Amino acid sequence: MARDTLTGSRIRERRVMAGMRQAELAREVGISASYLNLIEHNRRRIGGKLLVDIAQVLDVEPSLLSEGAEAALIATLREAAADSAATSQELDRIDEFAGRFPGWAALIGEQHRRLGSLERTAATLTDRLTHDPHLATSMHEMLTIVTAIRSTAGILADTREIEPEWRNRFHRNLNEDSQRLAESSQQLVAYLDGAGDAGASLTLPLEEVEAMMAAHKFRFDALEGAPDAALRAFVEAQPELTSSASRDLAETALRQLRHDAGLLPLSDMRAALAGKEADPVRLARETGAPLTAVFRRLAVLSDELLPAPLGLVMCDGSGTLMLRKPIEGFPLPRFSAACPKWPLFQALARPMRPLCQRVTVTGRDARQFECYAVTEAVGPLEVNMDPLYHSYMLIVPVAGAEGGAREVGSTCRVCPSRECAGRREPSLLAKGI
Amino acid sequence: MGKSVLLIEDEPNIIEAISFILSRDGWAVATHSNGHDAVDVVQARQPDLIILDVMLPGKSGYDILRELRDLAGTRDLPVLMLTARGQVKDREMAERAGVSRFMTKPFSNAEVLAAVRDLVPR
Repeated sequence: MARDTLTGSRIRERRVMAGMRQAELAREVGISASYLNLIEHNRRRIGGKLLVDIAQVLDVEPSLLSEGAEAALIATLREAAADSAATSQELDRIDEFAGRFPGWAALIGEQHRRLGSLERTAATLTDRLTHDPHLATSMHEMLTIVTAIRSTAGILADTREIEPEWRNRFHRNLNEDSQRLAESSQQLVAYLDGAGDAGASLTLPLEEVEAMMAAHKFRFDALEGAPDAALRAFVEAQPELTSSASRDLAETALRQLRHDAGLLPLSDMRAALAGKEADPVRLARETGAPLTAVFRRLAVLSDELLPAPLGLVMCDGSGTLMLRKPIEGFPLPRFSAACPKWPLFQALARPMRPLCQRVTVTGRDARQFECYAVTEAVGPLEVNMDPLYHSYMLIVPVAGAEGGAREVGSTCRVCPSRECAGRREPSLLAKGI
Repeated sequence: MGKSVLLIEDEPNIIEAISFILSRDGWAVATHSNGHDAVDVVQARQPDLIILDVMLPGKSGYDILRELRDLAGTRDLPVLMLTARGQVKDREMAERAGVSRFMTKPFSNAEVLAAVRDLVPR
């Protein structure tokens, strides 16, 4: 049923909401109850003065009755239906449903939005609870303190005769433990307060470095060519970097970006990218710069020089993610191990041999990306000693979709892929392994 | 002299509390606070029972327990393991290592006492 034919349904809905009987409204606007009944069942068209009169009695804008307020609602309902695994919804009657039952439809829309929000929160929390060593240590610490308090308090409460020296000692222990518990609780709450906001909780040095990078949008033009002392002073002044460990990490990362900028100045990059695609292999060949430097430089400058930002991720030989420049549509896990199908990890098995793969990211908003990955040795080469490796992956968004792209996820826990040989643990989004 | 218990735990106030409870119950309690040389200490003291924390500096309680089970003199020594991690996998790991009893923090004094009495009848 078309939306503009649902004026009657809206009138009925508003009348019921106002607590008026049909006959009462009909009398107020000077028509018969039976005629109003036909209107309310969308069997008579209504407009003009009668619509204005009814709207006035119902204390609403006439347009609310004639056009409804459900355009956004209908879009949400369609989204909810599309996301549902069930296929039994009467999609062709969404308009009618929204018109006849706006309250219920709004409720479904709200539930759908809330479900999406909860899924995101659950994914973040599960990621953290399962893999966050800081949280595990904090919980262990708190339980240990609670155990000491419980045991000590039990002694004081249950022991009838206790020497003053022991009593004093246990009182002191209780006092100490309660203070420790208070401090641990506060720290934990402060940490968990950021659960719903991926960027709000900065606890690990690497996270602090990433937050600092993000705060500057990964651009540090003023440091290009700056002496070490200036670079160090810049690091010291960053509020996100709260520990010497994070400051040291940041300094190392900034030195590398400064070095990259020396190899690939902004003006050269602008000229090289003018009217051309972001092809890192071509750029490396034309400039003579290492491919990893081109990856980093492209990721850093993409926000300014390219139509869409590029993402970047780096890991060491153990697969631990050490650098992340996020990109919309390609979620990068914070704590848990990433999808083993990422080209980033394939590159680890074939050092110094770049690869390029088209991937589709699993999930509701399955987008495609061109992923360039390469692994390079780090540190000095030693005879008869395998080098250490760092692997980089440049993530380039592509328009549209093509077949044959490899399906990859973020991390198993939030990956809906049902048949994946690489799955390590069950998904929250798909039943079973 | 009562039977002896060796408490291997690194939290000082838990050590004091458990030592007090067991001493009052007639047990001879010795304590040790790290995992490095815990196995050596067990062999030297030859207690009737060990209360063993899982997370210890130097070596985990699981590793200590596995080593003890590989030694003839401590293969059957009763071990009560204490841990803040009470998931099924933690319990299974303790059982595979050869634990006699597994207790999750926070426990009560009565639970500890009952477990000790149960593991080493007097």
